[in-house]
Parts: sequence; structure tokens; C-alpha cells
Amino acid sequence: MDDLYREIIIDRYKNPQYRGSLNPNDISFEDDNPLCGDHIRIDLRLNDSGKVSEAAFDGHGCAISQATADLLLESIQGKTLDEIKTLTREDLLELLGIELGPVRLKCALLSLKVLKAGVYGLGETSDELVE
Amino acid sequence: MPLVYLDSAATSQKPVAVIEAMDRYYRNSNANIHRGIHTLAEEATADYEAARERIARFIGAKSHRQVIFTRNATESVNLVAQTWGRQNLSSGDVVILTEMEHHANLVPWQMLAAEKNLRLEFIPVTPDGFLDLSAYPALLALEPKLVAFSHMSNVLGTINPAQEIIRLAKTAGAVTLVDAAQSVPHFSVNVQELGADFMVFSGHKMCGPTGIGVLYGRQDLLEKMPPFMGGGDMIKRVYLRTFTLNELPHKFEAGTPAIAEAVGLGAAVAYLESIGMEAIHAHEKALVNYALERLEEIPGVKVIGPTAEHKGGVIAFTLDNIHPHDISQILDEDGVAIRAGHHCAMPLHDKLNLVSTARASFYLYTTEAEIDILAKAIYKTKKIFGM
Repeated sequence: MDDLYREIIIDRYKNPQYRGSLNPNDISFEDDNPLCGDHIRIDLRLNDSGKVSEAAFDGHGCAISQATADLLLESIQGKTLDEIKTLTREDLLELLGIELGPVRLKCALLSLKVLKAGVYGLGETSDELVE
Repeated sequence: MPLVYLDSAATSQKPVAVIEAMDRYYRNSNANIHRGIHTLAEEATADYEAARERIARFIGAKSHRQVIFTRNATESVNLVAQTWGRQNLSSGDVVILTEMEHHANLVPWQMLAAEKNLRLEFIPVTPDGFLDLSAYPALLALEPKLVAFSHMSNVLGTINPAQEIIRLAKTAGAVTLVDAAQSVPHFSVNVQELGADFMVFSGHKMCGPTGIGVLYGRQDLLEKMPPFMGGGDMIKRVYLRTFTLNELPHKFEAGTPAIAEAVGLGAAVAYLESIGMEAIHAHEKALVNYALERLEEIPGVKVIGPTAEHKGGVIAFTLDNIHPHDISQILDEDGVAIRAGHHCAMPLHDKLNLVSTARASFYLYTTEAEIDILAKAIYKTKKIFGM
């Protein structure tokens, strides 16, 4: 339990670095986790060479889902869309540095699903994006 | 008196590993799945989904999403008939089955045929118990929408050339469904090698518990299919008047599923894998050879179905004109459990001009000594009837 709520997660939950919105933006996508109602929207701006120059998320939900979104957006600064497409659940768990059971994993994966669905230009998120 | 259980085609006995896995689940991990955040809910969810993944690997599925838990093979066929069938079949469409189907792969299609005015056609069975595939091309020329057939007959023991039947069905543009209730428990079956669009089987015939079965489906087909039953877990969002569907495989698993049974089936698959499907198949082949030898030397015994090399571990037979119910009753007195009747394949018995048969069926735990006891009990039956 201490692991699950280690300092970085509580810190990012309380003091997110990337919370907000970008208007105009190049990519914006939002979805929620119907199991618990967590909601995430992610906006991206790209520079001339197609790399992420700015990123922001907004939404509501548990500490895990919101802190993960913040850490995820930090990690994609300067990345191309192709690089984002290759992100896996393992990459995300590495950012968090914790083990998660199958139910809480869904909380953590929400932001990655939203990000990838947006980058791929899909109409909806799917679990397959993060397997 | 030792039990000689020769009714594994009806349901198998359960290894300790399966009983203990279910016991452990109920004692230590019992909770509802996919929702709770507490430790037990996490454990139960992980156990349930691990069973699905193990089963997916066992049958060579590309993804665990293609493995839908149902109650049994029967429910799996009904699921396909009521969802894929209702959506894709319409008046005048042809569905090809075979004359050796178990009622489970017959009645659901009869029900749909009555509702949709479908035309059911059948690959005939030859007198020696094979599918008459010389009749198949003419049936395929009818441009069937579906070819659904048994991988292995639960009466004749005939192992049908599934790969070839599917290959030809595909050239005719038909979707295929394999009833693998008698094959998956007994030899290695790989859905990708078969090329099957749908495959169904039951847990309880493969050392697992009752109440759990599997529908395997091609992912693109499963995704397009409407839901089967409505309720919790199969939804993503629910509003007062509408809902949206959950993703595969949950889309087809409404309500709290058979969690302990799924765990038990996962343990059964692990058990079978630890012995090896090749070893199990070889053991049963040897038993069938031995049993045919022993039974066919008894005057008055007539074995139904093909010769040993085309046969799985199922031997249906008649004995003079003694009714199979009487045979079974007398054998039971010596602790020998066989099945008597039409074995849920009445049309096959009609075709072969049989009212009913006695059936001995084997599994990995069956021994030659048990077949000796069977033979002895058959002699005793003859004696009682003065034959």
C-alpha cells in the first residue's frame, strides 16, 4: 500500500505539472474509464518537425489515473507521434515504478489509451492500444 | 469393488489439482471480479483472467480476447446461433451440418432455421461411420453461409478431417464452426492450424468442473456480433434507455461468471499440459486398439464406427439383441460405468438403424486392466441373458 501511494504519485496528484488545456492544439482526445468514472482529456501541440512541444491534460479521477497522466505527458516532451505509438504498458509502469493489480492497472492505463487513441486518430479508446 | 469409469465422453473425472485449485480459490481469493479495488477482488480478477490466457495458449488462439467463457459447448453454439446467426442468416440461406452431430450442434440451428426459414443440409454418414465427403462438394455448391460440424463424434469416435472440411468451406465462402467437445480434451487442437472461425468445447470433459465452457471466435467476427445476454460486465456505459458495449471478451460475459470454475478449468489445462496432449492421445490410441481386440472377440458384440486408426477413445457397441440399458445395469453391478442410449445423437442412430447403443469411453486415467474387467462383465451379461 505504501508502494502504491509512494511520494511521487501523491505529489503529482496534488501538484500536477501538466494540468490544463491547450487551445488551439494539434491533437485533442478524451475518454473515461466507465468502471470508476475516471476521465482524462489530453491536448498536444507539435512543432514544425512533428515533435511534441506542449502537452496538457485535464480530468478527474483517482490519484493513480491523474498522477500517471502527469508523468506520461512529461515523458513525451519532444517525442514524435511515431515514438508515442510505440509506448507500452511496461513503459508506463516504469514511469510509475510500482506494481499494479489488474483492476488498478486500468486506472493507470487510461491516460496512455487516451494519448494513443488521439495520436492514431481513432474514434474511441480500446484495451488493445496498451497490450 | 473398484470403480471402472468408462464414461469420460459424458464427463471426465477431476484430478486433485483441479479440486484443490477451486478449493484454494474459495478459501483464499473469493471475491467478485473486474470491479473491486480490494486485494481479494484483484486476486480473483487475476486468477480468472490468467485461466483465460492459459486456455487461449492451449488452443493456439492469437489473443485471450478470442476466448469467451460460457457454461459449456452447448451454450457456446447457442451464443453463435443467436448472435452471429441472427445477424447474418436470412430466409433461404443454407447451413451445412453433418448426420453425426450431437444435439448441441443441431438443435440450436433447427431453432434458428424455424425462426429464419433457413435450409439445413447434412453431410451424410457412411455405414462404417465416416463422413461421406464425396457428397460435400455438391452441398458447398449451394453456397452455404455456415458449415458447422463435430471434430470427433461422441458415438462413433470418428475423428473428422476438420482442416480439410474448413478449407473447402472457406473456398465456398462459408463461416465455419467446430464442435470440439470431444477433441480438445483428448488431443492437441490448434485453432489457427484448423483455420476455424468458431470453436466450442466444455470444461467438464477435460478434467475441469461443470458449468464452464469456451467459445473461441475469429476476432473480427466477434467484434461485429451483437451481444448475447445483457447485464453487468458486458457494458461500457449504461444510461436509462441505452447502453454501450464493453470490449471483447467481456462483451459476451454478462453478469458474475463462473469464477471458481474458470480457475478450475485453468488448473485442468495446466494438468493436461503437464502430462502432454501427445502422450494422452498415444495412451488412448493404445487403449482403443486393445479394447477393440478384447470386445470384438466376444461373440455377439458389434462395434459401431470406424476402425482403430480413425477412432478416438470412444467405443459404441451392441450386444446380441440385449438392450443397452440392460447391459449398462448389469455392468454397473460390477462397478463398470458405461453409457447407454442414443448419446444425444438420435439422428445418427436413426441413420444407422439403431435404437440405442452401449458406449465405453476412455481418458488418460483409463487402464487395460479396466478394459479386461469390462470384457469380463460383458461375458457375464451374455450369461445372464442366456446368450
